[in-house]
Amino acid sequence: MKRLFLLAILLLAACSPKTPPTASAEPQTITVMTHDSFAVSEDLVRSFEETNNAKIVFLPGGDAGAVLNKAVLTKDAPLADVLFGVDNTFLSRALEAEIFASYASPELNNIPDPFQLDPSNYALPVDYGDVCINYDKAFFAEAGLSVPQSLEDLTRAEYANLLVVENPATSSTGLAFLMATIAHFGDDYLDYWRALKANGVVVVDGWETAYYTSFSGSSGRGSQPMVVSYGTSPAAEVIFAETPLDTSPTASILGPGTCFRQIEFVGILKKTQNRALAEKFVDFMLSKQFQEDMPMQMFVYPVNSNAALPAEFVKYAQTSDQPATLAPDVIAAKRDRWIQEWTDVVMK
Amino acid sequence: MLEVQHIFKTYEGELLLNDISFSIAEGETICLLGASGSGKSTLLRIIAGLEDPSSGRILFNDIDLASTPPHLRDFGLVFQDYALFPHLDVNANVAFGLKMRRVGQDEISQRVAASLELVNLTGFGKRKVINLSGGEQQRVALARAIATRPRLLMFDEPLGALDRALREDLLNELRRILHQTEVPAIYVTHDQEEAFKIADHVLILHDGSIIRAGTPADVWANPQSAYAAEFLGLGNVMDGEVAAKYGVQTAHGNFTVKCSHKHSNGDKVHLLARPFEMRNETNVISGVVTDMIFQQDRYKVVFDNGFFVYLNHAPKIGKKISVHVKVECLA
Amino acid sequence: MDHSLNCEDTETRRLLGFSVPSWLSRLFLWLLPLSFLAIFFFLPLSKILALTFNLKALTIENLRITYDALRFTFYQAILSTLLTLLLGLPSAYLFARFDFRGKSMLRALTAVPFMLPTVVVAASFNSLLGQRGLLSTFLHLSPFQFIGTFTAILLAHIFYNTTIIIRIVGNALSSLDPKLEQTARSLGADSFHVWWNVILPILRPSIFAASLLVFLFDFTSFGVILLLGGSQFFTLEVEIYLRVLKLPDYSLAALLSVTQLVCTILVSALYTQVVTRTSTQTAPRSETSNLRKPKTLRERIFVASFIFILSSFFLLPLASLPVHSLFRLEADRGQRGEVQYGFTTDYYTELFINRRGSVFYVPPIKAILNSLMYASATVLISLLLGFPAAFALAKPTRLEKVLDPLIMLPLGSSAVMLGLGLIISYGRWLTLPLLVPFAHTLVALPFVVRTLQSAIASIPQRLRQAASSLGASPLEVWKNIDFPILRRATLAAATFAFTVSLGEFGATLLIARPEYPTIPVAIERFLSQPGGLNYGQAMAMAAILMLLTTASILLIEKFRLPNAGEF
Repeated sequence: MKRLFLLAILLLAACSPKTPPTASAEPQTITVMTHDSFAVSEDLVRSFEETNNAKIVFLPGGDAGAVLNKAVLTKDAPLADVLFGVDNTFLSRALEAEIFASYASPELNNIPDPFQLDPSNYALPVDYGDVCINYDKAFFAEAGLSVPQSLEDLTRAEYANLLVVENPATSSTGLAFLMATIAHFGDDYLDYWRALKANGVVVVDGWETAYYTSFSGSSGRGSQPMVVSYGTSPAAEVIFAETPLDTSPTASILGPGTCFRQIEFVGILKKTQNRALAEKFVDFMLSKQFQEDMPMQMFVYPVNSNAALPAEFVKYAQTSDQPATLAPDVIAAKRDRWIQEWTDVVMK
Repeated sequence: MLEVQHIFKTYEGELLLNDISFSIAEGETICLLGASGSGKSTLLRIIAGLEDPSSGRILFNDIDLASTPPHLRDFGLVFQDYALFPHLDVNANVAFGLKMRRVGQDEISQRVAASLELVNLTGFGKRKVINLSGGEQQRVALARAIATRPRLLMFDEPLGALDRALREDLLNELRRILHQTEVPAIYVTHDQEEAFKIADHVLILHDGSIIRAGTPADVWANPQSAYAAEFLGLGNVMDGEVAAKYGVQTAHGNFTVKCSHKHSNGDKVHLLARPFEMRNETNVISGVVTDMIFQQDRYKVVFDNGFFVYLNHAPKIGKKISVHVKVECLA
Repeated sequence: MDHSLNCEDTETRRLLGFSVPSWLSRLFLWLLPLSFLAIFFFLPLSKILALTFNLKALTIENLRITYDALRFTFYQAILSTLLTLLLGLPSAYLFARFDFRGKSMLRALTAVPFMLPTVVVAASFNSLLGQRGLLSTFLHLSPFQFIGTFTAILLAHIFYNTTIIIRIVGNALSSLDPKLEQTARSLGADSFHVWWNVILPILRPSIFAASLLVFLFDFTSFGVILLLGGSQFFTLEVEIYLRVLKLPDYSLAALLSVTQLVCTILVSALYTQVVTRTSTQTAPRSETSNLRKPKTLRERIFVASFIFILSSFFLLPLASLPVHSLFRLEADRGQRGEVQYGFTTDYYTELFINRRGSVFYVPPIKAILNSLMYASATVLISLLLGFPAAFALAKPTRLEKVLDPLIMLPLGSSAVMLGLGLIISYGRWLTLPLLVPFAHTLVALPFVVRTLQSAIASIPQRLRQAASSLGASPLEVWKNIDFPILRRATLAAATFAFTVSLGEFGATLLIARPEYPTIPVAIERFLSQPGGLNYGQAMAMAAILMLLTTASILLIEKFRLPNAGEF
């Protein structure tokens, strides 16, 4: 049995990541580190692998923050060649840590400028989505309540105890919503949160708890009819309904400044040994083909303007016309302070 | 004092105890004698209150104990494997029952010392029980049981785990202590020698029933059943058939016996041939000597047919001999 | 002391079968477990701490954060442990002493929460107690705000960890001679005193061992605190997680980790001090001799009421999973109103369809097989490492007094920090599927060692001496004496390792495991997207996990059957 252990250690040694020089016949392996919500069609992956004589290994490594952390810690001996999943709230940190190599993909020409937050092209935009408040249509219809239209509305007495949000310290959705309030209220955002707290806002750790345990519009049959989720969630409710539905049981509040726009980025890790293939993979992610696959896989919008939206998205998903945004460098500078201040006001 | 009335016990459809009745008088020691599985330990646990009978009553001084939980019965219990509390030292083990009775600290130390003295363990108080020998452990168990001055002492094969010499010693001590304290006692064992030595009354249990009860002398003189005779090792038991008025035919020959009850020819009976040479008896058992065991003042001689007799002289092995013995008729 | 040291030499010599200096034989026993810990624990952890620890982190503010977290961590862990004992001890007694219908089932059920993802546990409690939960729907009981309360944290800790008490203490209890109790009774002790003066003191080592494990679990509790506490409670582990992943401050994280580590060592060392030499050698008896049907009225009331308590505490929340996976408990979506019930197998059939052609689709059968494979490997590895360590610890010398707390360390140190340490130490190797059972073993090992250790310590030396005097070789002694006696403990240890692995403890240590996804991974994937079908499928997967766990535990318990009268 001791031999088994030695064997295991030998195996470990044998599998050390020394990729041999490219041989034309052997498929080259490319490793892509992603957050856990990443998804893609198998067909697309296979076709990329065939075209480029490659093998893709995906490494889902936790949420966006965890993935970025791992990448920063292993900067000198990267775990992967490509990293996907850094969003605009983390962008500056990734850039400051200098984990990426700059790459001006030809596909960038098809991506509108507002998405290209990093002009030096270390991080390239892949998708976007709005973090919005979803509401339980039936609840509001039954209670004869009108749906709130603005952030200010949420502090009104008739909406007391009806909203569940995620903690920005632990959840990226929660952080996005906090930023929406900061974008809207500026330095007074804490007063707004004091009012929300007084009005019985419920705070939970993450999206899964908020949506499936606290939100009344989901299958979890929770207590709060409003939840901080995504603009695409109502579409997902239709697509993943148990019985075919004509309309979604939930909808998003889309009033000006109520939603925060999240943009997710991909980057080539600086110390990759696979630069050429990594570039091809980034091109692939920005291509029309991949961008059209994305919505139904990850429930996000494509940044490539040539990509057509699936019918369900057109019909049920909503984006805000006037989403809140904050500049990445402002976020980078104040992010931690905001979270700390928020924690002191709301959680203590 | 203690009266056991018509105890029945069934467990999962099996009859473990079948109409057990007996009583114990003040200062008396009763011995429940039986093979393993005869129900003697079950009976003991029922008396202790650790198990409930299916029916029947246990009375002590005319009070029904049915609703008295074991810890209020005030019956001391000593097990074969001592059941000493391994986390307590000798003193604390002996003091346990007194503590439970909220006896004052001074009296506890006094009574613990007295109990240890009674079992010859003075000075052992601070020892750890796991470091004691088997005999010492059993003495501690005994001291623990008598320290509370129980109304009744119960022993479940108390000497079973000890070697022979120790057994003898401890048995004698037990006799002394029981006499000295005058506590009535129930003593469970499968060893007839032990039973005969210590008991005022012996109850032989077989398959859940009492098949013989009486003083050791009574039981020895008249075992009444083939099972009891064989179990007690009283001699050689034979199956036979009544052939004439005083004649019984067996595989080992014909014997002349006087049965206490009437038989007609062809009735099956059991005979007991006592293993002592009685020259004036007419009945003879014979066989080829296969083994001979020296027993101080006599020899135990074993025949090829399994019979045995005690003789004063040593016959040669391989020689066929005949011995006059007393043959009795069993029911 | 001299005596025990002598014993020691013969002991190890006996194990090895040849005569060697005692320190060498000790070393031999420790070789595997210590190498494992060195590779997977000490090296990576010291690497990350060396990298991040910084004396500049010792600011007043940081010390205040650390102190607050430390205080709350101890408070909730001690309270949780005491409450778990409160439910666990009588339950252990119930299972160790009484025979009743459905017993194995109930016992298996108490172990199920141990491996359910926290999200699922939260969902199941909520679907029972929440505003539109089963209780308020059917019984019209007033809803209970579960998420975000301290009560939820305590309840969840009890829910998760009662099985530890039941298994470890129950194991010791069932090998306790019932005559001790009977004697105590005959000496005038009522039930309370039998417990207080006899059973509890004798069981002290195993109660302490179980409590320590529960305490360490609660001490490093993370998911439960964050998720059920509504992220308003901060334990050391939660603070570390925040300082590593969310509000990056590595030096504060290192300070918190070191604090946590020191506390774990102190608590474990205290445990070792208290427990050493209190274990008593009482020849274990066959379990069946201790089992009986409840007879007296009191026993019947006790058994009935604890079956009721355990069933309602474990069965009801758990049952809501299969109920949700088989029934639609929904009004027509979008139209609130009377709840409509409909039996459906849709969620299960949907599991087999890769509707979106995703490359991450997990076929359920494959997930089950992967889970089982990892779990079996974890059992094997942790027993392999656990047995020698347990043998050494069963007869502790001074060496073991030092090493004993070390074995417990992986349980009581930060998973987040250790994960980072592993990453900087081994990098890409951590993606190897082979490493998954090793990560699980890190968590399982303390359980395995503790379970085996007390069992080994309780085997009287004379049994072994008797056997070897009868001509048994050391191996034969082990096979014929130790192993049969240890079988029950081995099975308990195996069950722990198995459930730890099924529950994916230690998974956070690795970078990722893309190639062989397990059931908990599949559940998390379903719950990461909105939609009734996703929720239903997650519940279906959870129900499968439950079923698999229950079946495995029942199966493992079957192995212990034919041992009556063996000892």
